[in-house]
Amino acid sequence: MTLQIIGTYAVAFCLFIGAFFSLVGVIGLLKFNDPMTRLHAPTKVGTVGIGALLLASMIHAWVFGEGSMHEALIMAFLFVTAPISANFIAKVNIHRKACETPPDPPKDDTWSTLVDPLAPEDDKALEKA
Amino acid sequence: MIRAFFNWLMPHPLLTLILTVVWTLLQNQVSAGMVVFGLILGIIIPLITSAWWPDRPQGFKLGKMVSYTLMVIWDIMVANVQVAWIVLTRSNASLRPAWVVIPLELKHPEAISILAGTITLTPGTVSADLSDEGHSLLVHALDCDNPDAVRDEIKNRYERRLMEIFT
Repeated sequence: MTLQIIGTYAVAFCLFIGAFFSLVGVIGLLKFNDPMTRLHAPTKVGTVGIGALLLASMIHAWVFGEGSMHEALIMAFLFVTAPISANFIAKVNIHRKACETPPDPPKDDTWSTLVDPLAPEDDKALEKA
Repeated sequence: MIRAFFNWLMPHPLLTLILTVVWTLLQNQVSAGMVVFGLILGIIIPLITSAWWPDRPQGFKLGKMVSYTLMVIWDIMVANVQVAWIVLTRSNASLRPAWVVIPLELKHPEAISILAGTITLTPGTVSADLSDEGHSLLVHALDCDNPDAVRDEIKNRYERRLMEIFT
């Protein structure tokens, strides 16, 4: 009985944390005015927001029914894929010049998004051909 | 002889382990039959796809990767509170977004991917781009007054540890 009470409170706490961070992510998305800063709010706050909601689901399943491990898998896939979509959006911003153009890299010529495909090939590529 | 057979059977032992664990988790209940079936999948899939992994890193320290993952999870939670605080309390005009350029010492594509993913998930930074020959990483910081400090922190905290994991 006590375990169920503790479980209920833990689920409620996790739901509250998850809902709060999701809300903050949405506020950030609406509030920031630059495409690059706007990218920050959902990518970071979203991970803990969804993570806490999934944790609530997992605790509920373990305390009140048969245990469930699917949520751990969802979390793992989410943490692996979230940076990739953020990276794609950032690349589009740079490509469309929607943000400040970044400074040149210290070692190589330029950033891979800014490479001009119509520019003449460098010497090595010409030698190969 | 046995070792050579083992190397042929499991060209990528870590992938075998991951596939088995993922398959078992997908079933949502542990039963011997499903673990064995997951193990069969975990052996067959790397065997068939090993031709597409020509330059995979040889030395990979699993123990250090686990402690690195735990550290990153802790950092993500701290970062979330920081970013939430910035979102709720700071005005748009007082934010100082900046580009941070990180010269990379890592060579393995896998290690660079993990570093870029870590940067995106942690304090107020998003990895945006890689230079055309892969020697620098472009990072966008949400609010920083000193880009050099951010660069040094990423290099000391994450890149140094990844150098130890991928030897």
